[in-house]
Amino acid sequence: MEFIISKYNYWIYIVLMMIGFYAMIAKRNLVKKLVGMNIFQTAIILYFISIASKKGATIPIIQEAQGAINPAQYVNPLPHVLMLTAIVVMVSTFGVALALIIMIYRKYRTLDEDEIIEILRGKK
Amino acid sequence: MIREFEDAIIQTVCRILTPFLQIFALYVIAHGHYSPGGGFQGGCILGASFILMAIAYDINAVKRRMSEKLNTLYCSLGALIYAGIGMLCLILGVNYLDYGVLHKILPVDPVKARALGTLGVEIGVGIAVMAVMVSVFLNIASGGEHEEGAVE
Amino acid sequence: MNITDQAPILIIALPLIASLLNIMVGLWRRAFCYPFAVAALGACAALSVNILYAVINNGAIHYRLGGWEPPWGIELMIDHLNAFIAVVVSFMSLIVAVYSKKSIEQELPADKTSYFYTIYLLLATGMLGITVSGDVFNIFVFLEITALAGYALIAIGDDRAPLASFNYVIMGTIGACFYLLGVGYLYIMTGSLNIADLSRLLPDLYHSKVVLVAFAFFMVGIAIKIAFFPLHIWLPDAYTHAPSSVSALVASTMTKVGAYVMLRITFTVFEPYFSSEVVPMTAILGWSAFAAIIFGSILAVGQTDFKRMLSYILIAEVGYIVLGVSLGNRQGFTGSVLHILNDAVMIACLFMVAGAVVYKRGARNLNDFIGLNKKMPVTMAAFSVAAVSMIGVPPTAGFFSKWYLILGSLQAEKWAFAAALLFSSLINAVLFFRILEKVYLKVGTDHSYAEEHEKNPPSPHFSKEGTGGFDEVPLTMLVPIVVLASAIVVLGFFSGDIIASVIQFTVPRGF
Repeated sequence: MEFIISKYNYWIYIVLMMIGFYAMIAKRNLVKKLVGMNIFQTAIILYFISIASKKGATIPIIQEAQGAINPAQYVNPLPHVLMLTAIVVMVSTFGVALALIIMIYRKYRTLDEDEIIEILRGKK
Repeated sequence: MIREFEDAIIQTVCRILTPFLQIFALYVIAHGHYSPGGGFQGGCILGASFILMAIAYDINAVKRRMSEKLNTLYCSLGALIYAGIGMLCLILGVNYLDYGVLHKILPVDPVKARALGTLGVEIGVGIAVMAVMVSVFLNIASGGEHEEGAVE
Repeated sequence: MNITDQAPILIIALPLIASLLNIMVGLWRRAFCYPFAVAALGACAALSVNILYAVINNGAIHYRLGGWEPPWGIELMIDHLNAFIAVVVSFMSLIVAVYSKKSIEQELPADKTSYFYTIYLLLATGMLGITVSGDVFNIFVFLEITALAGYALIAIGDDRAPLASFNYVIMGTIGACFYLLGVGYLYIMTGSLNIADLSRLLPDLYHSKVVLVAFAFFMVGIAIKIAFFPLHIWLPDAYTHAPSSVSALVASTMTKVGAYVMLRITFTVFEPYFSSEVVPMTAILGWSAFAAIIFGSILAVGQTDFKRMLSYILIAEVGYIVLGVSLGNRQGFTGSVLHILNDAVMIACLFMVAGAVVYKRGARNLNDFIGLNKKMPVTMAAFSVAAVSMIGVPPTAGFFSKWYLILGSLQAEKWAFAAALLFSSLINAVLFFRILEKVYLKVGTDHSYAEEHEKNPPSPHFSKEGTGGFDEVPLTMLVPIVVLASAIVVLGFFSGDIIASVIQFTVPRGF
């Protein structure tokens, strides 16, 4: 129990990731898939931010040079930087996917995967 | 999908808010290398101010201020500033993005030159992010037509 | 500045800056986009050759971005393997760019061509970035640049392309996210992202569960990206419905770059000892590759659409590459790396021929090949060379890589793998001779062709060809096809030299 509570952010990350993963694989509506994708990526961001955090640490900005710096006082900035890049990637993926959804909707007038497959079969 | 609708409260609040948003965005960009913030965050806020206008009024309100062509130009210009500063370092004889060398062409010492180089990159990133945010919003809201109510 | 010293960064920065400038060029004069893009990619190809020479003469290149020392700063690291892949990628992008002019003019509205070349250059940037990067996170970023450009380029294809591209987005994102998680798990164990640093830090941690999980995430993520057998479902749709020039580029380089990342992760970040002894990854890869070769070949037989057939063959070819790697001996690895080059050339040539047929006939059904040797003799001759090489007939390039792969399988005493390789060659023979027969032997078929088109009249654009007349594709399309076809033969003759001067140095220690 202690194990679960003390690491609750990692458990949330796992649960969120699985929700997103499930939505991406199992949902039949394309927009829902996309929402699942977003949840999935957000979970990864939560994970990276979790590994950077330290109890009682502050933002890693050093105001003035004051001798030796104690790294335990500052959170690790690197995962934050990585996630900044990952967020940009995420936004671009989301934008491209939304544009694709608009194209698909114009063509088939529906966003349900089953209905689209039916239309494609009907064409053949 | 966005249609013009008359709501005095929303439109007035947005119009009052927008200049403050933009000033704040510029502040975030300019202080990116001293404090939390930077090109990405500031660019997002700057882009959001345009998107706010598009939501409160309509797409044309944004297009009057920034046409599609200009937007495209900003997209590439911002990224070009970034890549160009990197190339400038390269031309001055050191590795890519080694800003310290900029003191050769700027009247400051290498430490200051490094900070200024970072600021230049932040400005480039800010412009690019702003333009891309606006472009993504306009394209998706209008189905790629950049016209009011283009999505059926 | 010294070009040779700065070449590693220039090879990324050049196409990136060119793609950004290309937007402006497009706003100014649309017709200049194509020569501009070709010039930029030509410069890239020259740079990559320069890098390869430097690596052959002086050993691995380490380039520090911004002058920061690794592992804190970002490092570009190029050894024989990177340089080799970079040459393949940059030359393929150049050749396909030359080829793309006419087919894109036909397949895209005129006001979109400038954006096409912009995204095309971004795709090249991404792939070259993957090959020169010495940092696992940067590889992720470039993988995503490549993938995003790929989604956009595939989506501008025919009617079903957006849906195919959407499925690719979903699968590709899962793959990239798994890769990112792998990076995260390695980071919490080692506190480093630099490949050289990781390979130094990891051996002490090989039995940690976190490292094992990271490895699993890496492998699944990359397997999705390269369409490795059980995770290949997105590939046939995406590559079939993409514009012809895009399929040619994406099929020939994107899977190869992914395969390169797999090699890096399995043999540089982790040691061969880890990948084969600590976890039975090479065994798993080997048998999946076995399945990929068998199923890819069998599924290819059932296709009537030429591009779809090629996509399934491509899945089998990815199986070849992974199979050679999984053997864990020198012959197999050599075969794999050589096959990366040969397969890139062969698949690109075949997809270009498909594009040429689409350009002239507006369709890519196998029946559209009937009697084409009269109309497009040069294209069909190139097609025959590529087909023969695909089957693995001796003087062509395809034979040599297969030869090494089979030797490797025999040396590792994996008889089933050798059998699978032979089986796949046999299937390829059936597939391609079936088409070659249509091309060369079926006479009097103009009749059936005409009949077919009576029911289904082609658009006026395609009907200008006369019956039996000489009707070759434009020169910008023909030259790349011929260049690639002759490259297949030339590479076959020089494969010994390529192995002696480059590939033998790529084999990891411990093989």
